[in-house]
Amino acid sequence: MRNLNGSGSPLLDLRNVGKTFSNGVSALRDVNLTIREGDFLSLLGPSGCGKSTALRLIAGLTTPTTGALDWHKALGGDCTGFVFQEPTLLPWASVFDNVWLPLRLRGVSREKAAPAVSELLERVHLTGFENAVPRELSGGMKMRVSIARALVTKPRLLLMDEPFAALDEITRFKLNDDLLELWQDQRFTVVFVTHSVFESVFLSNRIVIMAARPGRVSGEMTVDAAYPRDEKFRISPEYAAFCLRASEALNAAMNSASEPHGH
Amino acid sequence: MVIETLPARLDPEEAKRVRQERLERIGSWLLPLLIMLFAIWLWDRICVWNEIPRYILPRPHVVAQTLYTDAALLFGSLLVTLKITFLSLLLAVIGGVGLAVLFTQSKWVEMSFFPFAIVLQVTPIVAIFPLINIYVDNQTAKLLLCSWIVAFFPILSNTTLGLNSVDRNLRDLFRLNGATRWQKLRHLRLPAAMPYFLGGLKIAGGLSLIGAVVAEFVAGSSGQSSGLASRIIEAGYRLNAPRLFAALILISLTGILIFLVLSLVSHLLLRRWHESALKQER
Ligand SMILES: Nc1ncnc2c1ncn2[C@@H]1O[C@H](COP(=O)(O)OP(=O)(O)O)[C@@H](O)[C@H]1O
Ligand SMILES: [Mg+2]
Repeated sequence: MRNLNGSGSPLLDLRNVGKTFSNGVSALRDVNLTIREGDFLSLLGPSGCGKSTALRLIAGLTTPTTGALDWHKALGGDCTGFVFQEPTLLPWASVFDNVWLPLRLRGVSREKAAPAVSELLERVHLTGFENAVPRELSGGMKMRVSIARALVTKPRLLLMDEPFAALDEITRFKLNDDLLELWQDQRFTVVFVTHSVFESVFLSNRIVIMAARPGRVSGEMTVDAAYPRDEKFRISPEYAAFCLRASEALNAAMNSASEPHGH
Repeated sequence: MVIETLPARLDPEEAKRVRQERLERIGSWLLPLLIMLFAIWLWDRICVWNEIPRYILPRPHVVAQTLYTDAALLFGSLLVTLKITFLSLLLAVIGGVGLAVLFTQSKWVEMSFFPFAIVLQVTPIVAIFPLINIYVDNQTAKLLLCSWIVAFFPILSNTTLGLNSVDRNLRDLFRLNGATRWQKLRHLRLPAAMPYFLGGLKIAGGLSLIGAVVAEFVAGSSGQSSGLASRIIEAGYRLNAPRLFAALILISLTGILIFLVLSLVSHLLLRRWHESALKQER
């Protein structure tokens, strides 16, 4: 079993982070958040509350207009993996080549990369599909390739932006299970963006609830249920209780959003 | 690619669909062929019914005969025209792709030079040719330059469009992985531009032939060229309509062949991944 909520050492602090786009949209305001090593942290909130923006800030794809990100360990871009909402694969490249890509861009040859790529493909249950191209795969399989690609560099931090939102529920459950298994095995830290209460509760040990207009953190809860979590957890009263709490927190956040906020 | 296998038993609707598909497949080459044969027959009849002399409109079999008897002359000329066509197409590919890559490396370069490419494109080549005629001595170089100007623009504009239409997330992915400019070009932009480039190539293939023929026409009137166009001019002067028609048919067939070959190349390169090359599933 794995250490839970808050026992990991801090990895990254967001201090009073704000982001205003050039069109005047204030996507994030005064966000304070600590990500700890080993966390499976979900950012839960309605559409438009700045979840993607927060993730892109952490990834270094954009910079904050106010506040700062403090890394406690030197973690360059090299040690973060990113999974987009769409699989975002190279459509002309085989599954193998897609997973190889991050290593290839770091100058690792096909032969040198092969063991790592094959191992990850096995972990995401895609052995035998090395030579398929993305259009020959189902939505779930494409997402598996995308996850394998994000993990091939053995990142310490994995950022995921609503990766399963477009999948059907059965596929999503399966991918949830597989993701948790990978997380427990390989001990990376996850920041997982979702708008699904059920998904966030099933996966995470910490849920950060966000509200919109302007995007901000409105609350946080811990899900101190033991890992590994499986189908039994999904139907347990414990799970239902956590879901209820998260829903209430989310509702509160959304109601507070409709009040006029200091503009 | 999913291999098509027919299940052992088909329901009637599926069977009907398969029959329909087979019929369409046969029809797609049989119908044009029939229409073509009919048109040739009609051409022949019109000649006979109206008693048109062969120096005005020769009957089809006379043209076919000429194609055979003048083969040495005509195919020799065809070779000359083909040489110009393919050389200029090759240069158009090099120039078009090269410029497109340069353009995407710097917005400033694109902003500065793209208008000139457009000027070159919209000015009728026939109007520029007298200038080229004055400045360039070498006959082949003259024709090449002319044909190149006509052919390179679709490649340039299509490839530029393709290089710029890369998925935003894929761009971010490359950035996150610290890709160099060259890596982005090699592994992302060039492959993404491939379908666009091939579309441009198909157009440029036809245009380079047109460019070569037009250039020959302008140059040939001063009696310096030996390509198919000059055979046409010559035949026109001598009222040798059968040879004129034979040369014309050779040019058309060449154009069709170029198009088919480039379409095949495009299909082979894209068939695994690009929508345009996928078999339509109903
Ligand atoms: N590049 C951008 N330029 C301008 N506005 C943006 C940009 N990206 C996001 N926004 C705006 O910022 C707000 C938050 O967006 P986003 O972070 O994508 O929210 P979420 O992922 O929670 O749906 C939205 O109102 C969106 O329209
Ligand atoms: Mg989003």
